[in-house]
Amino acid sequence: MTAVPEATELQAHFDQTLEHSRRIEPRDWVPDKYRATMIRQIAQHAHSEIIGMQPEGNWITRAPSLRRKAILIAKVQDEAGHGMYLYSAAETLGADRADLTEKLISGRQKYSSIFNYPTLSYADVGVIGWLVDGAAICNQVPLCRSSYGPYARAMVRICKEESFHQRQGYELLLTMMRGTDAQRQMVQDATNRFWWPSLMMFGPPDDASPNTAQSMAWGIKRHTNDELRQRFVDMTVPQADKLGVTLPDPELAWNDERGHYDFGAVDWDEFKAVVSGNGPCNAQRIARRQAAHEDGAWVREAALAHAAKAPAVHSAEEHAR
Amino acid sequence: MSDFSAEGGHGAVPVSDVPVRPESAHVRADWPLYEVFLRGKRGLNHVHVGSLHAADPQMALRHARDLYTRRNEGVSIWVVAAADITASSPDEKDPFFAPSGDKVYRHPTFYEIPDDVPHM
Repeated sequence: MTAVPEATELQAHFDQTLEHSRRIEPRDWVPDKYRATMIRQIAQHAHSEIIGMQPEGNWITRAPSLRRKAILIAKVQDEAGHGMYLYSAAETLGADRADLTEKLISGRQKYSSIFNYPTLSYADVGVIGWLVDGAAICNQVPLCRSSYGPYARAMVRICKEESFHQRQGYELLLTMMRGTDAQRQMVQDATNRFWWPSLMMFGPPDDASPNTAQSMAWGIKRHTNDELRQRFVDMTVPQADKLGVTLPDPELAWNDERGHYDFGAVDWDEFKAVVSGNGPCNAQRIARRQAAHEDGAWVREAALAHAAKAPAVHSAEEHAR
Repeated sequence: MSDFSAEGGHGAVPVSDVPVRPESAHVRADWPLYEVFLRGKRGLNHVHVGSLHAADPQMALRHARDLYTRRNEGVSIWVVAAADITASSPDEKDPFFAPSGDKVYRHPTFYEIPDDVPHM
C-alpha cells in the first residue's frame, strides 16, 4: 500500500507535466480549478456543436439540389459527431452526460452566441461555412495542443472535419456569385449579417478577458482573443476579394506598418445581450433542443428495457481476434 | 455581468457563474458508457478513439460506426463496457512500473559489441 501523496507533491507533479509540455490524462491528479475550467470549456464547446446543428438544419428540406442536400446533411451530422466527441472528453473529467444535457436545457451552461442568429436565406449556409467555421478553425487549431489529452485528441479529429465544412461553404458561395444578380445580393446580405457576429466569436478584447492569463498558463488556451481575431481578419479579407463581396466595415484597411488589416470596433453590448439570452433565436434554440430530448425519452427507455430482457449477444467474441 | 472568453472552438461563452459539478440526483440513469477501439486498416492494432453511450453492445457497435467511422477511419471496431475495464492507477504509477525501470539489460544498447562485427 503506497502512502497518499501530499497535496504539494501532487501539485508539483502537475506543474512539472505542464512545464514539459506533456499532456494531462484522465485519471491524473489535477487542481480542482483546472478540472472545473476544463469541464466548463469542453461542455460549452459540446453544447455549441449540438445547438450549431439547428441554424443550418433549417435549410436541409429546402436545399436547392440533391447534391447540396447530401452535403448539408453530412455537415450537420458532423456537428452532432463533434458534440459527441466533446461530451465524451468531458466525461473523462467526471462530468455526467445526462447532467450536461440538463444544464444546457436549463440554460445554466451556455453555447456560442453565433448560433442565436437566424439563417434567413440559403446563402447563410455558405456564409456560415466560410465565416463561422473559418473562425472556428482559427480557434480550434491551437486547441489541438491543449494540455488536456482527451480534449486535444477530439480537436484533432474535429479540425480535420471542419476543413470540409469551410470549403463546402466557400464553394457554395462561389457558385452563387456566378449566378444571377439576386443570388449575388443574397451572398452580400448574408455576409453583412454574419461578419460582425463572426468577429465576436473570438471573445472580448484582451484587456477585458481576465481569465486568459490563467488559461494560457495551464496550456488550455494558446493565443489571446485579439491575436486569433486578427489572424481571422487577415485570412478572410483576401477570400472576400476573391469571392467579390464587400465586408461591411468601412474601417477595414491594410496597415503596412503593422503588417495586418485594421478593422472597426465590435459592438460588445450586442454580444453580451445575445450570449446572455436576448439574441434573436435563443429561446427557439433551447426549446428545440428540449423538445428533441423529451421526444426521445421513450426511445432511450425502450432501448434500456430491451437490453435488460435480451442477454447481450457476444458476437464480438467471434470477431475480436 | 459574467466574464466571457473564446475558450471553446465556436467562440466566446461565459466563463464565470457556470456550474460544472454533476447533480446526478436530478437525472435519470443514462445508457451505460462504452469505450471504442478502431482498427484503422489491415495490419494495424485496434486503437482507442473515444467513448459513447448505448443501451447494449450491439447498439454501441452501430453508434461507434456512425460516430467514429464517417470517413472510412476503420475496418474493424471493438466496443467494451467502460465498467469492465481494469486499469492501472496513476497514483501508484512509479512503484507499479518500477520493475522495468532498472532492467537496462533488457535493451540491446546495454551490450557493447565491436563496430567491426557485421550484421549485429
